[in-house]
Amino acid sequence: MAKYEVNLKINNIPVTVEEGSTILDAAKKLNFRVPTLCQHPDLCVAGNCRVCVVEQKGAKALPAACATPVSEGMEIFTNSQKVRTARTHIIELLLSEHNSECTSCYKNGKCELQALANEYRVNENLFIKLVDKNTYTIDNFSPAIIKDDSKCIRCQRCVRTCASMQFVSALAVSHKGDKQKISTFFDKSMNDVVCTNCGQCVNRCPTGALVEKNYIDQVWDAVNNPKIHVVVQTAPSVRIGLGEDLGLEPGNRVTGKMVSALKRIGFDSVLDTDFSADLTIMEEGTELLTRLKKALVDKDETVALPMTTSCSPGWIKFIEHKYPSLLPNVSTCKSPQQMFGALAKTFYAQKKGLKVENMISVSIMPCTAKKYEADRPEMRSSGFKDVDYVLTTRELAMMIRQAGICFEDLPNEKYDSIMGESSGAAVIFGATGGVMEAALRTAYEIVTGREVPFANLDIVPVRGFEGIKEAKVLIKDVLPEWGFLEGAELSCAIAHGLANANKLMAAVVSGEVNYHFIEIMACPGGCLGGGGQPIPTSPEIRAKRMEAIYEEDANMAIRKSHENPEITAIYAEFLGKPNGHKSHELLHTHYVKRKGY
Amino acid sequence: MKDKKLTKVDLIFENDGTCATTVLDKVRAMAQDDVIMEMIDSGLKGRGGAGFPTGLKWKFTKAENSFDKYIVCNADEGEPGTFKDREILDTVPEKVFVGMTIAGYSVGAKIGYLYIRAEYNFLLKKLNQKLDAFNVKIKDKGFDFTIEIRSGAGAYICGEESALFESIEGKRGEPRNKPPYPTVAGLFGKPTAINNVETLVYATMIMKYGAASFKLMGTQDSRGSKVFSVSGDTPNAGIYELELGMTVEDFVNDFGDGDTKAVQVGGASGICVPRKKFADMIIGYEGVPTGGSMMLFNSTRSMYNVLKDYLEFFAEESCGQCTPCRIGCQQLLQGIEAVKRGEKHPSYLDSLKKLAETMKLSAKCGLGQSVANPFSSIVDNFREEIIY
Amino acid sequence: MTDVNVIINEKIEKFGKERQALMPILQGIVADKNYITEDELLLVAETLDLSAADVYGTATFYTFLDVVPRGKYVIRVCKTISCHMAGKDQIIDTLEKTLSIKLGETTTDKKFTLLQANCMGWCHKGPVMLINDEVYPELTPEKAIAIIAEYIAK
Repeated sequence: MAKYEVNLKINNIPVTVEEGSTILDAAKKLNFRVPTLCQHPDLCVAGNCRVCVVEQKGAKALPAACATPVSEGMEIFTNSQKVRTARTHIIELLLSEHNSECTSCYKNGKCELQALANEYRVNENLFIKLVDKNTYTIDNFSPAIIKDDSKCIRCQRCVRTCASMQFVSALAVSHKGDKQKISTFFDKSMNDVVCTNCGQCVNRCPTGALVEKNYIDQVWDAVNNPKIHVVVQTAPSVRIGLGEDLGLEPGNRVTGKMVSALKRIGFDSVLDTDFSADLTIMEEGTELLTRLKKALVDKDETVALPMTTSCSPGWIKFIEHKYPSLLPNVSTCKSPQQMFGALAKTFYAQKKGLKVENMISVSIMPCTAKKYEADRPEMRSSGFKDVDYVLTTRELAMMIRQAGICFEDLPNEKYDSIMGESSGAAVIFGATGGVMEAALRTAYEIVTGREVPFANLDIVPVRGFEGIKEAKVLIKDVLPEWGFLEGAELSCAIAHGLANANKLMAAVVSGEVNYHFIEIMACPGGCLGGGGQPIPTSPEIRAKRMEAIYEEDANMAIRKSHENPEITAIYAEFLGKPNGHKSHELLHTHYVKRKGY
Repeated sequence: MKDKKLTKVDLIFENDGTCATTVLDKVRAMAQDDVIMEMIDSGLKGRGGAGFPTGLKWKFTKAENSFDKYIVCNADEGEPGTFKDREILDTVPEKVFVGMTIAGYSVGAKIGYLYIRAEYNFLLKKLNQKLDAFNVKIKDKGFDFTIEIRSGAGAYICGEESALFESIEGKRGEPRNKPPYPTVAGLFGKPTAINNVETLVYATMIMKYGAASFKLMGTQDSRGSKVFSVSGDTPNAGIYELELGMTVEDFVNDFGDGDTKAVQVGGASGICVPRKKFADMIIGYEGVPTGGSMMLFNSTRSMYNVLKDYLEFFAEESCGQCTPCRIGCQQLLQGIEAVKRGEKHPSYLDSLKKLAETMKLSAKCGLGQSVANPFSSIVDNFREEIIY
Repeated sequence: MTDVNVIINEKIEKFGKERQALMPILQGIVADKNYITEDELLLVAETLDLSAADVYGTATFYTFLDVVPRGKYVIRVCKTISCHMAGKDQIIDTLEKTLSIKLGETTTDKKFTLLQANCMGWCHKGPVMLINDEVYPELTPEKAIAIIAEYIAK
């Protein structure tokens, strides 16, 4: 249906926008920035904070620009004296309810409220400081996320994120009036509720009310301790996000500079999670083919299909809470981070002749849920905590700033060896559909002896931002040992963002759909939109990051996991064969049913 | 002593027992548009306080092209000083049901919800009994309409129409952004005509006696009569139906205790009229509009205590979602307390008045917007009492 | 006390399994025993396929949907202006002494909880209190004591 156009004036300048646009959209079109706090490009309209109020000619009240649709002939003023007074008051009110310990706040310099206060030169002491009189809680029991109610401005971005993007609703608005707050079920700790630690709320919190639990000091202590050998692994999508937090535009690939920076900070060995992503493909691909064989050849009815991926710890926690009956469907493979961790303190330590008790294993992740994952009691296959500290992309950026490193001018350096080699298939783990694409590149070739039938190995149907994607791959002319797959059509689905994952799982449970293999990433766009990635985030920013990921893949010499020479070597030297005994010991895990809140 | 100018009226509580039958038969025989025209012609404005013309509201709802439409009777009477709807529901509930049925018939709604506050739970048993019989009666008369009761659970803000819808939908009673307005997207996102209890009874009476006789009463802007809830320092506290158009002075002459220094018109969210303004202030849309609450204060009362009481009420009963209301109410309350204790200079009251103005301009709904009414009118007229 | 499952099923039968059944269910539980426990709230959330936090958030919005333990009889004294002017403080003093509890507390025998609440719509007949759903207007300290005595005898 064609949309009607609406003509209006903003600050006396005429503008034409589509019907249904908001005053905020129209102002943006004219390059008038109206300040906002509760509004976010990923979320539905709230109209709560009222910072975006504007004056409308002929109207008594000041409408909220984010929540008010345009109408024909409307005349709007975004900076009239009435607006300025009200807006300043609103910022001052928010500050009165906010614990403005800005200089010691983790979000210092990155806080949207602080920026507004700065812009409007408000009188912070005009009103009575309510935060000093009210009681509030700081919940730091979770290994991933700290929730500090004294810094909350009740914009409800987190609530909307948790409900509409993630279908988790661990956070909700509770009570009313002066007691209103953002709560979990019965105000339990974030660590004790359905929270998946995905960190999407952290990505969208305008203040320091929701932040990742940072381990920066612990990591500095480790790298500055000469007795400790510190290995660091970097996840696929850190290299395409990190630059944003260090002054570069979204979409910049900074792999070489990042490696360089990590070496300068003092990590003893800078390695790549991409290595273990390739390993994941070998293990998970084999697991899938084994399940298919059991189902098709052995007619084993206990085999759980579709098999789903297990790389995303947010997804794992989600399914443990929400679909415990589907836990047998989840691949038993650990995530690349944890495979890496288990190998770092076994294989790597042996090869390098290191004492494991003198090792610290650090990972740089686009993810807050990885912090929780590393803390799970199952993740101690080496006999030690396999990954000691998980830093987000943002924490690494902070370390780089603290180290006084001029990031933009760094030379490009290469990952160390061993466990530093990777393929393009591993890089694309960072984008939704990437694990599927990587798995297909390898599995198809194993089964048929030929490359996947897509130009340049780019399996386009699994790429892009559509919430749920499907792909079917016809398998024919197979190698003799895979005869049972001759003529089979492998049916795959991909979902990103837990709301989409939920839709897909509901369809699986109801029997509406039939797939063999499902890839799920908890975050929008996959890891590139992870909860540990630079703030801000928006569909545009994530699209730039995705472009960068596929560029990185296209530029790699090796594009298939099974062709990574270090992968071939580790199976030959250490692991034996995929899904073999050693793999099961180190690279596979199990899951637990969790409570309903 | 001036002449008494109050004219008592007996429409709302008139109870000849025939109303349901005669009015419903009459309406059933009329075209929908004719019923709406009659309502528009009567000049009836909503009796809940906001004063939107009832006939227009019905007209807009009817104009919407939707299979599902709803009528909602707002019986979430929570405004401090208001208690007339309870009395109406207690004594003449059938006339409320008739009003809802007329509205449903006019706009094309098949379901009506009566949302009643939890504090009136004790009425439910009787109401349900009467309603069951009434639902049968209107079916027999050929109305495709059913009324259901929904209860609140202790939240003043649910008297705000969109918050009330949210509450019926099982959610927190938080007001919605407007537009869209209820007549376009109300309960369950469908076109909805929501009216106050008293408004619906007036609709019944207008259909009984005709718009012409109704609009003979009152003034140009405030047609007809209105039920007043009278409380405070008065020997005659209670419920009175009076013709509109009187001044506060007329009212005080009849209801005051001889020592009235101020009248709070319109409840906690209304305006405080001091003695010096009694004579000029008309009670109605040309002066001080009201949902019917008239609270009288004599010279023994501290207006500081009165204001503090109101502000405590609003700080607790704000839904909390928008900044100006959630924090503004707390600041106004703690601000006057700080001035009283001498922790803030008396000139801080002027800063607070500006804040109240910001709340009026920028709050999301009527609650936050109207806190400025009592605040500024009390601070302006009783500044010394606030400070000392 | 009725089994919570019975209340839930009864309300679902009447109001459906959609979200609009939530308030009637919670009100049903409160009508039965004056408050809702954590387990009950979780059960309601799971039955209606809603998030537990969301249901908690909804319940805590409403003053009458208590999620903390309450006595068999919940006394709510109106604290708003007219009742304040008419002497609600004396009524509360009297009730505190009679029941040997402070405002907000529950008697050790779990029989009475004493609370204040906002305007109850009896401004012409204050002070007023509710005991569960029953209303008691035009209170005096003596009347309040007599009313409590009746409930103690119940």
